[in-house]
Amino acid sequence: MAGGHDQWVSGRAARRLLPEGWPSGPMPWVIAIMMFLMVLAAAAGLALGLAANSLDRSLTAQVTIQIVDANQARRDAAAARIIAGAKAVPGVARVDRVSDAAMTELLRPWLGGGLADTDLPVPAMIDIAFAPAPGNAPAAVRALAMRISPAARIDDHAQWLRPLAGLMGSLRWLAGVLVLMMAAAAAFTVVLAARAALNTHRSTIEVLHLLGSTDGQIASLFQRRIALDALTGGMVGLLLASLVIVTVGERIVAVGSDLLGTIGLPVAAWGLLALLPIAGTVLAMFAARMTILASLRRRL
Amino acid sequence: MVSADAGNIVQFDNVGLRYGSGVETLSDLNFSLAAGAFYFLTGPSGAGKSSLLRLIYLAQRPSRGVIRMFGEDVVTLPRQRMPGFRRRIGVVFQDFRLVPHLSAYENIALPLRVNGVAEADIDQPVREMLEWVGLSGRANAKPPTLSGGEQQRVAIARAVIGRPEILVADEPTGNVDPEMAERLLYLFEALNKLGTTILVATHDLHLVPRVPSAQLMRLDKGHIADPTGMLRYPPRRG
Repeated sequence: MAGGHDQWVSGRAARRLLPEGWPSGPMPWVIAIMMFLMVLAAAAGLALGLAANSLDRSLTAQVTIQIVDANQARRDAAAARIIAGAKAVPGVARVDRVSDAAMTELLRPWLGGGLADTDLPVPAMIDIAFAPAPGNAPAAVRALAMRISPAARIDDHAQWLRPLAGLMGSLRWLAGVLVLMMAAAAAFTVVLAARAALNTHRSTIEVLHLLGSTDGQIASLFQRRIALDALTGGMVGLLLASLVIVTVGERIVAVGSDLLGTIGLPVAAWGLLALLPIAGTVLAMFAARMTILASLRRRL
Repeated sequence: MVSADAGNIVQFDNVGLRYGSGVETLSDLNFSLAAGAFYFLTGPSGAGKSSLLRLIYLAQRPSRGVIRMFGEDVVTLPRQRMPGFRRRIGVVFQDFRLVPHLSAYENIALPLRVNGVAEADIDQPVREMLEWVGLSGRANAKPPTLSGGEQQRVAIARAVIGRPEILVADEPTGNVDPEMAERLLYLFEALNKLGTTILVATHDLHLVPRVPSAQLMRLDKGHIADPTGMLRYPPRRG
């Protein structure tokens, strides 16, 4: 009989062993503030990550080939050969020549509407879209175009958007680091709260110890209370952050920018954000248990 | 349920206790408590009675020597095994140490709950214990609303409800009137007859003759007086 029970038979009776009263201090509100910031950082990280991925896909997905030749017949022939050749390249999803009407529309701001009536040598433009995971297709298309028309200019969309994608990637990592730092700060807050609770209830703990309570029994009394504080604070923080995210999302949509339009949160991302308070509660329980057990181990 | 492995439930061999770097509060203690016996521990204030009791109820480890309880060396006992040993010891603290926000009922039920007794099996023994110490009408009262004597009776009820193998009581009759002191002693004797070893520390030498079977231990300046050697080598009980 030297071992002894490590759990309370009745959780309800055990809960009465510490004085009732909730909230037990400022901890729920501190956790709420931290969870608010953590959810915002996580939402920013997720949105930027998804936008960066989407941008990355479109970067590798498209090139525009310009064939600049004053001789229209040669230009058209080269365009036709490139189109035919590109269609045969594995990994190419779509090849479209930009129509004369579209070119006229494109150049209207600079040249006015009478482009068709002039002798200006307007380049032929071919948009080429690649399939996902195109392999060597971009390089093959580039080689094809240069072979057929050495003067062709290949406009890789990536070169314009890559720095932006890089920035978005960096911000995503920064958001991830912020989430981790916030989680660490929340864990330290729990450690301090657990120590304070131990000091407050020192005499009760001593009596329980002398009556034969195990460290596990004593830790469970505090764990439940700290978990309740953390869960409540976490849910409040999540709610407030969600309101902010929805409001900011509406503002982004109102801007009407294609680029900003890529920033958004799908349902799965919302699911991940909703898990943060639960993860925070588990973290708080773990931190509280470890703190209390470490403190109790210093006693006889 | 007394340990059957030996006749002695507690055994001290050359035990000394020093707080910090001061002089020894207890020195060269050599004695045994026979299982099922009744002892009074007396001595002047500052003799070390409470320190000795702290060693027995495992609130303190000695600075030197060996203490064996229930047949095992408790000085080197791993701390994770301490709870199991403490559950076999009932303690009446001099300052009661009741949990102030719990009712008298809840305080008395505490050892049963710590020991994993099902809720359904708690009410009856607690009610009986409350009746026994004359506090049936005060079951829901919180310790701050109880008198010193009532608190002491709650503390005694809490100490004995788990049917400990040894009961250690520090001045258990210090705050009660003579009639209640008599009742409490009767309670201790009844427990003793059921096999519980009783050790009562008291200033009140008038209590000693009330329990004819009790042995007297006298502690003075940290030493146990044992001129006949009966405490070191107690006779086996029939």
